[in-house]
Amino acid sequence: MRRETLRSGSRPGAAVFTFADVLLYFPMKNHHPGYPMLSIARYLGALTLSLLRELGRMLLFILYALYMIVRAPGKPVHILKQLSFIGAKSFFVIFLTAAFTGMVLALQGYYTLTKFGSEGMLGSVVALSLIRELGPVLSALMVTGRAGSAITAEIGIMRITEQIDALEVMALEPFKYLMSPRILGALIALPLLCAIFDVIGIYGGYLVGVKLMGVNPGAYFHEMEKSVEWKDVYSGILKSVSFGLIISWICCYKGYYTSRGAEGVSRSTTAAVVMSSVLILVWDYFLTSVLL
Amino acid sequence: MIELFRVTKAFGDQVVLNHLDLTIPTGKITAVIGPSGEGKSVLLRHIIGLLKPDMGRVIVDGEDITHMSRAELNRVRERFGFLFQNSALFDSMTVFENVAFPLQEKTRLSKDEIRDRVRRALEDVGLRDVDDKYPDQLSGGMKKRVGLARALLLKPDIILFDEPTTGLDPIICNAMHRLIKETHQRYGFTAVIVTHEVPSIFDICGYVAMLYRGRIQMRGTPDEIRASEDPVVRQFINGELEGPLKFV
Repeated sequence: MRRETLRSGSRPGAAVFTFADVLLYFPMKNHHPGYPMLSIARYLGALTLSLLRELGRMLLFILYALYMIVRAPGKPVHILKQLSFIGAKSFFVIFLTAAFTGMVLALQGYYTLTKFGSEGMLGSVVALSLIRELGPVLSALMVTGRAGSAITAEIGIMRITEQIDALEVMALEPFKYLMSPRILGALIALPLLCAIFDVIGIYGGYLVGVKLMGVNPGAYFHEMEKSVEWKDVYSGILKSVSFGLIISWICCYKGYYTSRGAEGVSRSTTAAVVMSSVLILVWDYFLTSVLL
Repeated sequence: MIELFRVTKAFGDQVVLNHLDLTIPTGKITAVIGPSGEGKSVLLRHIIGLLKPDMGRVIVDGEDITHMSRAELNRVRERFGFLFQNSALFDSMTVFENVAFPLQEKTRLSKDEIRDRVRRALEDVGLRDVDDKYPDQLSGGMKKRVGLARALLLKPDIILFDEPTTGLDPIICNAMHRLIKETHQRYGFTAVIVTHEVPSIFDICGYVAMLYRGRIQMRGTPDEIRASEDPVVRQFINGELEGPLKFV
């Protein structure tokens, strides 16, 4: 009976049960007392339907958001604001994680490589791990924790305090003001942060490998230059662009479909961070297997 | 004229609006009264397309808004103003930015013109020297007035008020009513006010519709409502504890 689509302008999140709702609250109601199999069948059915509905809504959401980016990307100042929030303000946390990741990589790499007597390869181990894998993934995870959660909370609070409805009744498109700048901001910021992560990580590795463990500095950089190809850099950047899309997509989506007060915001934020993080790692595997 | 035909809306198992019919005349103030939780706000949200009915139609000046595309709906919404129950001001913007926002986004006025119009709109609702304050620095009554200024700014044909006086003290409440009446006399818009303020709302509105059990129990002029023999209407406007309306 209920028709709830993104385009209809109906108030989303108000009535439809989400996948998590069914998973958590549905089993508590015994719908068919005395017939456990019926209850189980009903539970599984509701779970499947709600999952399908949620996936469908997510797909519609991102398609509409991308369509709106093409049609009305929003004012440059809004995009710059998001770029600053997602990108520039993540610099410190990226700097710290990158430095320590590079340092521990050098430590572990050195330990392993000395077993084969080839500690001269340390530079290429550190650089390849960072550029191909750890740079994009770890920077994306840090941005999810720092900016993604904030995106969900901000949009979620705008939803529950009716600010999104206020945009709608003024005939202003919420996607243009809220989603487009954030998605564009994340798409631009992530590859840049990833590049910064790589460079800082490599110098962190240099610090530990060369200054602490005594690897030849010439060997460290020479091996790196020999082994890192354009393809490695390119695949890392491509990864982080796609992670940017994942983060902004999931976090905006979860915020947009927030309901039920402060608890709803906390639930959306948690779900957004968990879902983005998991999706980043799963997508990373498949993307790597294609790009390899 | 706004017409609702057999509008039905359910949330889960709970049917909020049940084959509701209502006609709202142009250029008049219509008050929608009724017990709490009977779906008055839901009704208001249907008029502007924030909610879609499960069944039935909402027609605004001959246009059926229930089956419109987003772009068409936005065109119709250009004619509306909406005052939210909790004002729904953008909390990351100052009062000035809040009121100026629709002007900045929808018109090509210069900065000076926008500033003049925003100042005037704020003075119309009796606010001065609040330009640089943020919504959370304002009292509930001031927020409502800022919301009203924002709703009035684009000179809409139709304004929907969702409980404009709930949570305000009696004096501000009366001031708000007078403000609505004065601006209505000046601009002549169609107004729908969802409210609990019985009987003070009767002084400003042309028609009253009482919502009960998802339908319009009675619609008429304030005098007709006052003189009504309907036990539900009588009980509600007199605030009696005994009668067909039950409290849990």
